[in-house]
Amino acid sequence: MTADPKGVLTGVHFLDGDHAACEGALAAGCRFVSGYPITPSTEVVERFAQRIPMVGGVFIQMEDELAASITMLGAVWGGKKVMTVTSGPGLSLMMEHLGLAYITEAPCVFIDVQRGGPSTGLPTLPAQADMMQVKWGSHGDYEIIALVPDSPQECFDLTIKAFNLAEQWRVPVFLMMDEVVGHMTERVVIPEASAIEITERRWTKKAPGEYRPFDACADGVPAMAKAGDGHRIHVTGLTHDERGWPALTPKSQDKLIRRLTNKIRDNADALADIREDQCEGADVIVVSYGITSRVASSAVLQARAQGLKVGHARLVVAWPFPTTRIAYLATQCRAMVVPELNLGQMVHEVSRAVAGKVPVRLVDHAGGTVHDPKVILDCILGAAR
Amino acid sequence: MASTGIRIGGLGGQGVILSGIILGKAASIFDGKNATLIQAFGPEARGSACSAQVTIADAPVAYPYVQNPDVLVVMSSDAYTQFIPTLKADGLLLYEEELVTPKDLPPGVKAYGIPATRIAEELGRRLVLNIVMVGFFAGVTGVVSLVAAEKALLSSVPKGTESLNLNAFRRGYEHGRSLVGAA
Amino acid sequence: MSETTLNDDQDLSGLPLVDNPVMPYLRQERIPHIWCPGCGIGTTVNCFTRALEEAALDLDKVAIVSGIGCTGRVAGYLNLDSFHTTHGRAIPFATGLKLANPDLNVVVYSGDGDLFAIGGNHFMHAARRNMDLLVVCVNNFTYGMTGGQVAPTTPIGATQTTMPFGNFENPASLPFLADAAGATFVARWTVFHVRQLTRCFKEALGKKGFRFIEIMAPCPTLFLRRNRLGDGVDMVRQYKERSVLRNGADTKEVAVGMEGDIVVGTFVDRERPTWLEAMNSHFSSVLGDRYRTYGG
Repeated sequence: MTADPKGVLTGVHFLDGDHAACEGALAAGCRFVSGYPITPSTEVVERFAQRIPMVGGVFIQMEDELAASITMLGAVWGGKKVMTVTSGPGLSLMMEHLGLAYITEAPCVFIDVQRGGPSTGLPTLPAQADMMQVKWGSHGDYEIIALVPDSPQECFDLTIKAFNLAEQWRVPVFLMMDEVVGHMTERVVIPEASAIEITERRWTKKAPGEYRPFDACADGVPAMAKAGDGHRIHVTGLTHDERGWPALTPKSQDKLIRRLTNKIRDNADALADIREDQCEGADVIVVSYGITSRVASSAVLQARAQGLKVGHARLVVAWPFPTTRIAYLATQCRAMVVPELNLGQMVHEVSRAVAGKVPVRLVDHAGGTVHDPKVILDCILGAAR
Repeated sequence: MASTGIRIGGLGGQGVILSGIILGKAASIFDGKNATLIQAFGPEARGSACSAQVTIADAPVAYPYVQNPDVLVVMSSDAYTQFIPTLKADGLLLYEEELVTPKDLPPGVKAYGIPATRIAEELGRRLVLNIVMVGFFAGVTGVVSLVAAEKALLSSVPKGTESLNLNAFRRGYEHGRSLVGAA
Repeated sequence: MSETTLNDDQDLSGLPLVDNPVMPYLRQERIPHIWCPGCGIGTTVNCFTRALEEAALDLDKVAIVSGIGCTGRVAGYLNLDSFHTTHGRAIPFATGLKLANPDLNVVVYSGDGDLFAIGGNHFMHAARRNMDLLVVCVNNFTYGMTGGQVAPTTPIGATQTTMPFGNFENPASLPFLADAAGATFVARWTVFHVRQLTRCFKEALGKKGFRFIEIMAPCPTLFLRRNRLGDGVDMVRQYKERSVLRNGADTKEVAVGMEGDIVVGTFVDRERPTWLEAMNSHFSSVLGDRYRTYGG
């Protein structure tokens, strides 16, 4: 189906990433946001609070991020498309409810506008230091989807994609922005509602009594019901069976947790979105994501100007990590360079995929600003030697 | 492929960021170019110093920051002191001449001043100082077209203030054109 | 209630089997429940289900939300749309559920540790906002499921595993907190008062706004035994002897200790707009026709 025109601000705009992400959420059909202010993400909820009364829906500023993240989950079972928005310290508080969202298969979107950490760190300055936290920060085994925009236009586009993937797979989906992308203003084109594809929630067609809320369809994803539909569903954060009832045995744990993780793991190749530029035949391939990909691309252009064969692979989907494709690219080059605004996070995934076939060089940065392109260029030159 | 890096500096409340928005919009929405606006965001941006960086280019903008601007626009002496060392050796300085005295100007830099505060006051609202500066920028540099800048301006200012702002813009624009000797 | 009904030594084996009237309200396949003999939680559930029956509500539109702990398991046993959430966060979950679908009658049913220690902040803010929820707290003065640790309700002097030499922390008076935070309905009963409690549930289910019912209940395994207070029956006898009915009592004066009066009754019953009513009326007045009135 296509987007509800009520939420779509069709036109050409000059927006920052935070505002664009909010418009993406409205276009995607998000009608419920529970948030808590935190720099540099606050503009997303400020805009939502401004816009939603005229679109039809609810914004509520909760008392903390624990509340914001679980109020959102309550609204899922009330039937809404939902989102919450935060940055590092708030994300840390939301980790328990990431787990609850995951185990209860609640479709929802978390926007994380990354800033320097740990702790209060650099509230107004960028980093890409939460990339591992979203994947590993909640306890237990889990898989999420994380999209990484590098422009306000992508903040709009990928927020819609995040909502669609959340509905398709019934997993929490992250939009991993950073302070630069969040506060960078550029042209954002919002198409007509009829040109925006929306994935609807997969409601059960079964009658009360026949419906089992966690009985998966062939793709591993169960159909949903909401409270008030007459199904008398039970939803618990405990390990549960197909009926949703607590089932606290190793066998039921194995069955449930494998199904949940396999929804994503088995589809990792299909979910991958890598934008490759001149990777075939390259001597060095730069693997980057988010704002760093824009900084890296200026370094790549300079390296090419010096006659080097340099490819650039930008991860638009960081999780699930595109292991297959990165492993293939490693067979096509002599070295890989991974710049990121942290002291080494996704580089570990690259190295795992490359499995020693070629050297992988990290261009790290503790955060607070973006790399100087020259530092990335130097690493490319060094790797090419 | 042309690319112009612009730094606009001033004080909080002067409308520095809005100036950047109007330039960015003019270029990216109405002139068919690409523009990226970055605003200085930090404790230093609250209350006192405030700055915006705008890159206007024919090709998509990769690196988003303006490390060494081609054009520096300043509306406070602090901003001048802070950013003049970053201006390119053959760069262009545009300054509010009652608020900024360009001391120790690097030799290769071309500098143009405008009494933007006085012009704004003449128009009845000191607040439109920033719009005078935007017009001045357009008039001196031609980096954004007159038509695009006016459209961007009209889509960015509060309803009911359009003619005031348009007058402010045109005064700045004309002043700029006269300084660079345009007809 | 007569003394004889408190005697658990009766031989019932010769009596004919009859269907328990609360069974349709329970997920029978999930029985037996996890609660200890003498625990008061089941009694509260019994009263709640009878109130559901008497209130003649559309049960498809009643949802129950629990946190974590012994009382947190109530959601799983009731044959309603039910949500067993994370520790302390039943109220914000219920907030989202109610706001997303305002047609639901949403009940939060949880324990004192869950609602008032880890979840205390949410309680305060939901009451302040007048979120349209009925919040039921089964107060057994301890953390039962984790083995009898000190709770924000534990009276001074009571021994708990993490207060091995007796509690020296001042406990919270839950009705006082609820009143001060802005709840529109505040009542307290004990599991001795089954008829009054049933009536109270029914009354509260029919009202709007942030409604709070505290129910004192024995935890024989971890609170009573450790403090040499006997078994569940002994405690219910204490509730009977110590309770004093005082409707409209000043909530400043209803704190409970190891001894002394237990003031019961309806302390607060007032009306003010719920969060959603306030949002709709405010936006309608300031935004006029531009506002899309929200109904779910």
